[in-house]
Amino acid sequence: MSSASATRTPSTRTTSTRSEVLGFLTSRLRQIGIFLALIIIVILFQVLTEGRLLTAGNVSNIIVQNSYILILAIGMVMVIIAGHIDLSVGSVAAFVGAMTGVMVQDWGWAWWVAILAGLVVGALVGCWQGFWIAYVGIPAFIVTLAGMLIFRGLTQIVLGNTQITPFPTEYRQLGGGYLFPQLFPPASSPAEWITVGLGILALLMFIGSQIQGRMKRVRLKLETEPAWWFLVKVLFGSGLILYLTFLLGIAPGSRGTPIVLIVLGVLVVVYTQVMNRSIFGRHIYAVGGNRNAANLSGIKSRTVDFYLFVNMGVLAALAGIIFTGRLNSAGPGAGNLFELDAIAASFIGGAAVQGGVGTVVGAITGGLIMGVLNNGMSLLGVSTDYQQFIKGLVLLLAVAFDVWNKRRARG
Amino acid sequence: MSTILEMRSITKEFPGVKALQDVTLTVERGHVHAICGENGAGKSTLMKVLSGVYPHGSYTGDIVFEDKVVEFKDIRDSEKSGIVIIHQELALSPYLSIAENIFLGNERAKRGFIDWDETNAEAQKLLARVGLGDSPTTVVRDIGVGKQQLVEIAKALSKNVKILILDEPTAALNDEDSAHLLDLIRHLKGQGITCIIISHKLNEIKAIADEVTIIRDGRTIETLDVGRGEISEDRIIKGMVGRDLEHRYPDRSVDIGEEIFRVEDWTVHHPTDHDRTIIHGASLSVRAGEVVGIAGLMGAGRTELAMSIFGRSYGSRISGQLYMHGKEITARSVPEAIRNGIAYATEDRKVYGLNLIDDIKRNISAAGLGKLATRGWVDGGEEHIVAEGYRKSMNIKAPTVDAVTGKLSGGNQQKVVLSKWLYSDPEVLILDEPTRGIDVGAKYEIYTIINKLAAQGKAVIVISSELPELLGISDRIYALSEGHITGELPVKDATPEALMVLMTKEKEADHVIG
Repeated sequence: MSSASATRTPSTRTTSTRSEVLGFLTSRLRQIGIFLALIIIVILFQVLTEGRLLTAGNVSNIIVQNSYILILAIGMVMVIIAGHIDLSVGSVAAFVGAMTGVMVQDWGWAWWVAILAGLVVGALVGCWQGFWIAYVGIPAFIVTLAGMLIFRGLTQIVLGNTQITPFPTEYRQLGGGYLFPQLFPPASSPAEWITVGLGILALLMFIGSQIQGRMKRVRLKLETEPAWWFLVKVLFGSGLILYLTFLLGIAPGSRGTPIVLIVLGVLVVVYTQVMNRSIFGRHIYAVGGNRNAANLSGIKSRTVDFYLFVNMGVLAALAGIIFTGRLNSAGPGAGNLFELDAIAASFIGGAAVQGGVGTVVGAITGGLIMGVLNNGMSLLGVSTDYQQFIKGLVLLLAVAFDVWNKRRARG
Repeated sequence: MSTILEMRSITKEFPGVKALQDVTLTVERGHVHAICGENGAGKSTLMKVLSGVYPHGSYTGDIVFEDKVVEFKDIRDSEKSGIVIIHQELALSPYLSIAENIFLGNERAKRGFIDWDETNAEAQKLLARVGLGDSPTTVVRDIGVGKQQLVEIAKALSKNVKILILDEPTAALNDEDSAHLLDLIRHLKGQGITCIIISHKLNEIKAIADEVTIIRDGRTIETLDVGRGEISEDRIIKGMVGRDLEHRYPDRSVDIGEEIFRVEDWTVHHPTDHDRTIIHGASLSVRAGEVVGIAGLMGAGRTELAMSIFGRSYGSRISGQLYMHGKEITARSVPEAIRNGIAYATEDRKVYGLNLIDDIKRNISAAGLGKLATRGWVDGGEEHIVAEGYRKSMNIKAPTVDAVTGKLSGGNQQKVVLSKWLYSDPEVLILDEPTRGIDVGAKYEIYTIINKLAAQGKAVIVISSELPELLGISDRIYALSEGHITGELPVKDATPEALMVLMTKEKEADHVIG
């Protein structure tokens, strides 16, 4: 049956002999490789921790603990694709967290006003850095290195070297809350019906969009993906969604859907679309791939640079708000070294140092690899010094693999 | 006079191209020997063979230097023997001092430590020989191009140079610096140093050269004895261009309509050196269905003219008017130029034309994404169809439009660039060296595309270094020399000789030739 359907599709490549399967897989080695790496790491730690990694509670933890890094990684990979870097995001996150703390505590603003105002502060910070980078022409490395110091300093000035705590309950939901726990207290209900419902909705949307996309490409005679690969992809993705739904909603000890997972899911979908389909996203790739050619094609590369940093500022603010809410405090040392985790996630996820290459999904996967490594090693009781050592090696090996893969492709 | 250097039947091949074929060059000791030829004739390749940039074994033939056959492995090797080349793009380190530059790689040191007193003292002596009064501790960035050229020569002298090769030494210099440089070459000749000078400027060649060897299409054509003043510039020009016009150009029926685009009194200054005028009051026009050529030697300002028109992508203090269909337009940025129907396909595809790491379809859509999008979202399917259409109509040889442009051949890359600009739907296309680095078959295809565009009523401006190409495809040709439009010839009156005369015309010369 599969061969019959394969011959009907226009591309001759869909008939899958063994060498063609291998050829297709190697041509996508980078994208597939990163997922495989994540799966292998997950399985490895699942075995090493004797099943403690993939429990309901721990998976929730992994998501919530890494959410702010993943959000930063989305903005960071975009900055890196355009050929820049942003070293300031950790300080900016801390600064926005502190500002929102002042807003709710000292100024008595409502929690939602503070969150919105925090995002605006992030955007203004982005305007400031974007101005120096795009219009004055100072390298992003320098501007954001300065920003790292400036906003760390401002954080401490705003906080007066103390911490602001506690935050309103509503504010904290974004970082640590779950969907409607009051309606269905998780301890008493065997299944979190909202989570299950959301899982099924996500599943239907995923399958629907995949089929719709493929049908459109087939109709336009543009399909280059073999049918078997499409099937593998859809089945794998569906399995993943179902398993996550099970862990978050049905498995013993499940706490339901973390609100931050919804935020993250929406961001991933929206930014993937932005990068693939919007003019802005396409201009980012064009500027990163060849700035001269982009300029001569009528692309305003300075405008692109400027808005990239505004966007990064807003995402850093969101990460700061989530982090502050989760800790229920805004401290002077918050967000320390976040920038390095976000940068590492982008590069592990396949972004290229010289720009022009990278994906949002790749950066998220890279961030998850780091997150699972952290979590797994903590479960095993590995001390933080060894954790850093191993994470450093993983980053180096991932980029080395990239370099090797590119040389192979060229060669 | 004895012979210091003889290059015997040098042949140098690149994949697919014979850059030099059986070239012979004989240089007398203590003479100034000029090498002339069109762009791409093989002059620089010959000098790279001589200076060891192309090492022994990568070419055939013999180099006899001071009566011995020499086999240079690299440029250090040739410098040790006393053959030093100064490239058109100066190779000085801008943040080091003059003295440091002179002895770069050849440091005056004792036991591994640099002796600064000796370095500066010796540099001082060398600077005196080239007539440069600046302190040896001056940072190179702070002196002008003319003086930098002198530092290069001082550096060559520090290596006990016997043959000094100068590649277009005055191309970037103003008149005063040029005159000084020519004086210096004469002076060095008096000290027994042999010079080989590559130049387009025939008046300079006449002024200082003893002999001139003409190279055309990778072959030696002749060596003329100019030292006695018997050889006219016309005679040199004839040697440079006198090739058979047997290249094939596709036939086309010419149907020229109304004027579409006009440039008036266009003046452009150097982007950083605001006082240096690059284009002097140039005016030109092009009609619907017309192919207009711009002829000029390297450094004449062809690309600078085109890029300054295309949204001021080059230059500073630009003045002049642009007219589209008789109405004045402004094109202060590239997007504005594109909106007004101007397209510019660059001479340097890899640096300015393509995103080499991205695929064909995204390169084609880069200048016209707005047409594929509604409210900021690009229709990927439509994009694919558009790109696929160009792949077929332009005959881009790639399996799909998802192929990465960096892996295509030069001809196919050029077709992608042209597709990009066609999709922006321009009325005027400025094509800068559209066939550079492209093999003969693909050239014919590019010419066919140009003809098709003209037949569709577009106005096409072609910039080219190859005169036969311009004569083969243009209806009218402007000649550009040192930033001035020195003449305009309909193709029926244009001959390579007539164009070369205009292209080498000095700005002072106000008599009209042709």
